[in-house]
Amino acid sequence: MASSNKHKSISYAKWGYIFILPFFIVYAAFQLYPMFSTIRDSFFSKMTVGLIEYPEKFVGLDNYTALFKEGDIFTYFGNTFIIWIIGFIPQIFISLLLAAWFTDIRLKLKAQGFFKVVIYLPNIIMAAAVSMLFFAIFSDIGPINDIYKSISGSDTPYQFFSHIASTRIIIAIINFIMWYGNTTILLMAAIMGVDPALYEAAEIDGATPSQTFWQITIPSIRPILIYVLVTSLIGGVQMYDIPQIITNGQGNPVRSSMTVVMFLNNQISVGKNYGKAGTISVVLFIVAAILSLAVAAFNSMDQIAENRAAKLKKKKLKGALKI
Amino acid sequence: MTKLKRVLCGTMCLAMAGSMLTACGDDSSSSGDAAVAPQEQKKEGSADSKNTIKIYVWNQEFQGLFRRYYPEYDAEKSGYDTAKHEKTGTGDDFLKDGKKVVWVVNENEGNNYQDKLDTALKAQSESDDKIDMFLIEADYALKYVNSQYTTPLADIGITDSDTAEMYDYTKQVATATDGSLRAVSWQATPGLFAYRRDIAKYVLGTDDPAEVQEKLKDWDSFDKVAEEMSAKGYKMLSGYDDSYRVFSNNVSKPWVDGDTIQIDDQLMKWVDQTKDYTDKGYNNKTSLWADAWNADQGPSGKVFGFFYSTWGINFTLAGNSLEVSEKKGGKKEVGNGLYGQYAVCEGPAAFFWGGTWLCCAAGSDNTDTVADIMKKMTCDKDIAKNLTLDTLDYTNNKSAMQEIADDASYGSEFLGGQNHVKLFAAAAPNIKMDKTTKYDQGLNEAFQAAFKDYFEGNADKDKALENFYKAAIEKYPNLKQA
Repeated sequence: MASSNKHKSISYAKWGYIFILPFFIVYAAFQLYPMFSTIRDSFFSKMTVGLIEYPEKFVGLDNYTALFKEGDIFTYFGNTFIIWIIGFIPQIFISLLLAAWFTDIRLKLKAQGFFKVVIYLPNIIMAAAVSMLFFAIFSDIGPINDIYKSISGSDTPYQFFSHIASTRIIIAIINFIMWYGNTTILLMAAIMGVDPALYEAAEIDGATPSQTFWQITIPSIRPILIYVLVTSLIGGVQMYDIPQIITNGQGNPVRSSMTVVMFLNNQISVGKNYGKAGTISVVLFIVAAILSLAVAAFNSMDQIAENRAAKLKKKKLKGALKI
Repeated sequence: MTKLKRVLCGTMCLAMAGSMLTACGDDSSSSGDAAVAPQEQKKEGSADSKNTIKIYVWNQEFQGLFRRYYPEYDAEKSGYDTAKHEKTGTGDDFLKDGKKVVWVVNENEGNNYQDKLDTALKAQSESDDKIDMFLIEADYALKYVNSQYTTPLADIGITDSDTAEMYDYTKQVATATDGSLRAVSWQATPGLFAYRRDIAKYVLGTDDPAEVQEKLKDWDSFDKVAEEMSAKGYKMLSGYDDSYRVFSNNVSKPWVDGDTIQIDDQLMKWVDQTKDYTDKGYNNKTSLWADAWNADQGPSGKVFGFFYSTWGINFTLAGNSLEVSEKKGGKKEVGNGLYGQYAVCEGPAAFFWGGTWLCCAAGSDNTDTVADIMKKMTCDKDIAKNLTLDTLDYTNNKSAMQEIADDASYGSEFLGGQNHVKLFAAAAPNIKMDKTTKYDQGLNEAFQAAFKDYFEGNADKDKALENFYKAAIEKYPNLKQA
């Protein structure tokens, strides 16, 4: 009996695979397959206009050369980056400040849970809804213009969506409002991970709060800061729903609020130019992949530095033992 | 472990980035340029489909008219209140012969209706649930008329004598390249200039439509009046696009020649006029359908008039003119805002705007019913006349409209008692639709959007033109710049 048991030991491993199978099936059907078909499309001339389908033709790298020759994609990458940076600077600044305040042991803020919920709330609302709201608020007959008119005494409204700067800033503000709560929570988690002994020691040594912030907090949370920066950048590259709704898909004025994904969407909105859309997708993928690899590289650089430090420590210890 | 974490982190990021690539793409086989002959059906409709009239629409307008005026509609079984003219029941619609009517409603916004309709029509041949009828608009009518997805109406029993009373342009635009009529409309949509009587009296000294028309008879006179309006603190037009149709309907060449986009001089005239008006403050810098544009038509507005066609005057303008909107419980009656304060005249040039046509889908398994719906809703003189008298819509029946036009006692309360049908009846025969293409909707929208930047000073003319071509070729990648 005992010996046969040895041979027929029950393996539960297959259940593990069975349980994760649904994910991989869904992933393969809805992510992996479309991804490869998009890459394939980028090498083909393939389009449908209304009821007419044009024959598919292999064109090699023609789509790519045409895209870069046309050069518009650089403008749209530029637009995307500008809108992202206008939103990201206040976002990281406010988030750091809030995170520092919420975690400060000396401040002991009350009703923290309430504030955390409030600042996180905008992230829960659909971006499209927030955009519609802002569009109404800043419209020619909206409340902001009512205030502007009563302050300035002018009887013509300031047309926010007819100026390049104001349109971009409004989109950036929406991005900021939607994401600063998320960033705050991330940074708080990072700050709370810092060894409290460091803060205590600093306090005993008579460090001012700003000194503790710049000398202890910032260096300790550097990896998370980089993570926040890069994930935000990847999200920024894919910016779509807010400018799409604010400018009604046209990226107005003068296509200055046209982001890369809006440009991509334009290729398949009325006439379906799958070839060009696929090409833009692949370019976007490569950019985002480079950014992602940059995070990984940063993380491993930290790791390498740590390993080196640990080795150095060991050597010193060995040296000490020898003596 | 840390290494594994790092690898996982990297893969997750890549997966995230990869999800962007998930664009849609279907591997439908290509068929090249579409043929005009109606498509052969590979599969027959099911018994259920033969008992169901499936109609594709983008709003409730035709539904409402159908329920109210189609004699074979079974109001009782469908739960329709014939006194209040609204459907109180929630069930399906039925015809008196027991057939069911199914409406497939898809919003028009952003090409959505056409996308859904195109997908359904392409699947029609293989499907056993056939579409019987669908509605189309003037701006893209040719796309469906010149396709294999519509049935020549002669084949389902609609004769030339049935359509004899229709305005020529409504038939012209619905005629395929093989000469067969593919769609019919219950309405004609001539456009007029609707102006405010109070402002006309104050600035021009008269609100009589004939005298005002004399002052607006061509574009030079129109410009002169605009200057007078501006001097007294009023705006001639509300926004950039208001006069667009008046120019674009009078072009001498179509938008597209072969596969080359061409820009007519009339369109550039619109650009120059609008830029001039914007710089001189003759308009209020709004855009069509924007909140501010709607508000300009109400009592707080300072705008002299609007170019509108039949439906626009009686529905949109009348609704916008109210002080207390219908949503807030206001009524369309004299005394509520500007109701009764507007009048209409022909304006500087003839134009039309909009219009809805009915098509019989190729492969429909209820062609007799579809033909009957078309005959009753679009060819029947009595129904046409009642429809105009009840709803103020302008119907596609010359003799019925002439009767109303000649009726001295008829007048619109909204227009201060003016008989607008008389003006429409005079304007409708002048409508020309021979320069339309299937690309009109997209190109008109792109042109207006691109030149808004020029009017607002964000771009010069060349830049705006360049942006127009960009947007146009994004919409129709098969076209090219001249």
